[in-house]
Amino acid sequence: MRHLLSTKDLDRATAVGILDVAEDMADVASREVKKLPTLRGKTVINLFFEDSTRTRTSFELAAKRLSADLINFSAKGSSVSKGESLKDTAQTLAAMGADAVVIRHSSSGAAQVLAQSGWIDAAILNAGDGTHEHPTQALLDAFTMRKRLHGDASRGKDLDGLRVTIVGDILHSRVARSNAWLLTTLGAEVSLVAPATLLPAGIATWPVRLGYDLDEAVDANPDVVMMLRIQAERMNAAFFPNTREYARQWGLDDARLSRLRADTMVMHPGPMIRGLEISASAADSSRSTVLEQVANGVSIRMAVLYLLLSGTAEQ
Amino acid sequence: MNSGTVSSRTVNTAPINFVVRGATLPDGTSTDLFVSDGQFVDSAVAGATIIDAAGLTALPGLVDLHTHLREPGYEQSETVLTGSRAAAAGGFTAVHAMANTSPVADTAGVVEQVESLGDQHGYVTVRPIGAVTIGLGGERLSEIGAMAQSRARVRVFSDDGKCVSDALLMRRALEYVKTFGGVIAQHAQEPRLTEGAQMNEGALSGELGLAGWPAVAEESIIARDVLLAEHVGARLHVCHLSTAGSVDVIRWAKARGIQVTAEVTPHHLLLTEELARTYDSRYKVNPPLRRDEDVRVLREALADGTIDIVATDHAPHPIESKECAWDEASFGMVGLESALRVVQLAVVDTGLLNWTDVARVLSSKPAEIGRLAGYDQAFTIGSAANFTLYDATVNRVFGVGDLRGKGINSPYLGRELPGRVVATIHNGYPTVLDGDLVEAGQVEESAVRVHESTRSSRG
Repeated sequence: MRHLLSTKDLDRATAVGILDVAEDMADVASREVKKLPTLRGKTVINLFFEDSTRTRTSFELAAKRLSADLINFSAKGSSVSKGESLKDTAQTLAAMGADAVVIRHSSSGAAQVLAQSGWIDAAILNAGDGTHEHPTQALLDAFTMRKRLHGDASRGKDLDGLRVTIVGDILHSRVARSNAWLLTTLGAEVSLVAPATLLPAGIATWPVRLGYDLDEAVDANPDVVMMLRIQAERMNAAFFPNTREYARQWGLDDARLSRLRADTMVMHPGPMIRGLEISASAADSSRSTVLEQVANGVSIRMAVLYLLLSGTAEQ
Repeated sequence: MNSGTVSSRTVNTAPINFVVRGATLPDGTSTDLFVSDGQFVDSAVAGATIIDAAGLTALPGLVDLHTHLREPGYEQSETVLTGSRAAAAGGFTAVHAMANTSPVADTAGVVEQVESLGDQHGYVTVRPIGAVTIGLGGERLSEIGAMAQSRARVRVFSDDGKCVSDALLMRRALEYVKTFGGVIAQHAQEPRLTEGAQMNEGALSGELGLAGWPAVAEESIIARDVLLAEHVGARLHVCHLSTAGSVDVIRWAKARGIQVTAEVTPHHLLLTEELARTYDSRYKVNPPLRRDEDVRVLREALADGTIDIVATDHAPHPIESKECAWDEASFGMVGLESALRVVQLAVVDTGLLNWTDVARVLSSKPAEIGRLAGYDQAFTIGSAANFTLYDATVNRVFGVGDLRGKGINSPYLGRELPGRVVATIHNGYPTVLDGDLVEAGQVEESAVRVHESTRSSRG
């Protein structure tokens, strides 16, 4: 694996392989000394053109637990915000000897542009590009599902037959895209539920089921319900009338929560807006995996950094 | 020396009397052409320079109805001179310069300046297009009458780059240009439906996470405009058709007798949205590249006459405008240098058009729409000698060296394209010889000479 740009180009063996390495990394977190010397002397740059404290911190922890040198290169307050181009930033980082660049950018495809540009030779890790993909989020979601299902016996397993329903703003969600491809590759059956305005054009060609009705989806007995964050400003662009109507139609409220099985997982990539797409009790229930997702995020990012930088990625 | 080479024995000045031996005309017949003092004449003038054109196709000088020359205001992208050179290199002898300069071409002063720069440089005839609305603002009509009556005698008016989206303003513009025998060239793009749009809306835009540009944003404006043109009895030209649905609307309008003409760009005849997968912003263009099916329908519509002409929408940009993420990049591609070769690849080599059709869609018809005289009777004795000699038999990889303007934002770099422009003759003097541009000073001199001799012969 040279770069990690999307989940679309991961095959099942590679994906399972990443999840298995993440299992090993998770073991590290339970030790007294949570640190491996593996990436000593490697330089990882967190290049964040968009604010994201959670993802940035997760990558930072992951790099540090592997003993890499990590530099946060945030666009805010740097030359980037003064109009410096992606090209100049990339060449600067290359001149500094970066081995891996973790990039978060508001433009779809920015990570791929960087990877194929020739401006920098480092491994490129997509930490979210516009409304395109967020591969490590999907990997940590898959890891979380597998862990809940199989516990300590997770290694080597895929998600065959798991029924996952993703609810919310699919159109603008890089998490939904990365999950749709990855979970399908791992054998899960993915359903997407949203108002028609928030489903992308041509989605009928995706390998997923589609629905508009959350009640129907809840009553179809899913194994996983993943709620996506809804941005209130979408109502200004006429995607839905207002947040109240959205919450009523597509929010995971207490009534819907109570109709789910006790072992149905409730997931959310965070940050959550309680009372909008998810009720407080749904977020805090034992079904919720939200905090496990955060913890597993560090393990997944350790695994990916390890595989990209230690050169033993091929399965 | 192979048949594709021109032997020009000129010394310091470009030949003004010459004989083109054995050129193949668009209809397939072979002939010698005699040129003297800017015109075709019936026999060789003593001392005329000989051009061996055996194996070459002689086409009438190409006319582009849709060029962005960027001057005044955006000289870092292109100037009248550099754009004219790109045009000549592509076989063009006339271009229509779009109005989205800075200042916008919305007054007589700007259009006269652009035209006189073109005349001075002499590579091609530059016909300025006037803005429909002041500053392309879409709110108030610009001084259309003043531009029409200026020395530049503007006949084509367009806010290209922006759509005249206000229905009332569009109606008035269509009506008003009737006064001067003009035409409105509409950039059909419903602005609200394309806010932030990045590429064709469909399965691929959904997958790539790029904001979609629905076909209906183009088709709905065209539908409205043909109905407006019918209602007020005016002439409408639709720029860069890109969808199969737009072809349907135009076909319906023509069947109803509405005075509408339509253009398609070379890139919409060849390239598809699949190229967006690379996130390489060289493929980012307005209107966006569409589906395979659209490309097929556009080709057929050009062949059956529903689409009248090919126009380049040559849109040069500085390198930094394209060396960035897709949604940060500028829209547009350069196209003058590659247009004829792409047309050959897309519609001639596929058997849809013959060279007579090419002469129509790239010369006589765009000249007619732009009310540009001298292109209705190609190669006839006494008409202005505007033509290009083209070798359709070769295939070469298109490279940066083929680009002769300032922009290198071509989608064809690294692609094999057929054909080679061997010579271009503008008003009877060469602007391209042996496949190379004639030097600028020499062209400028020739332009002055031809201008003076035409004046003295008028008497």
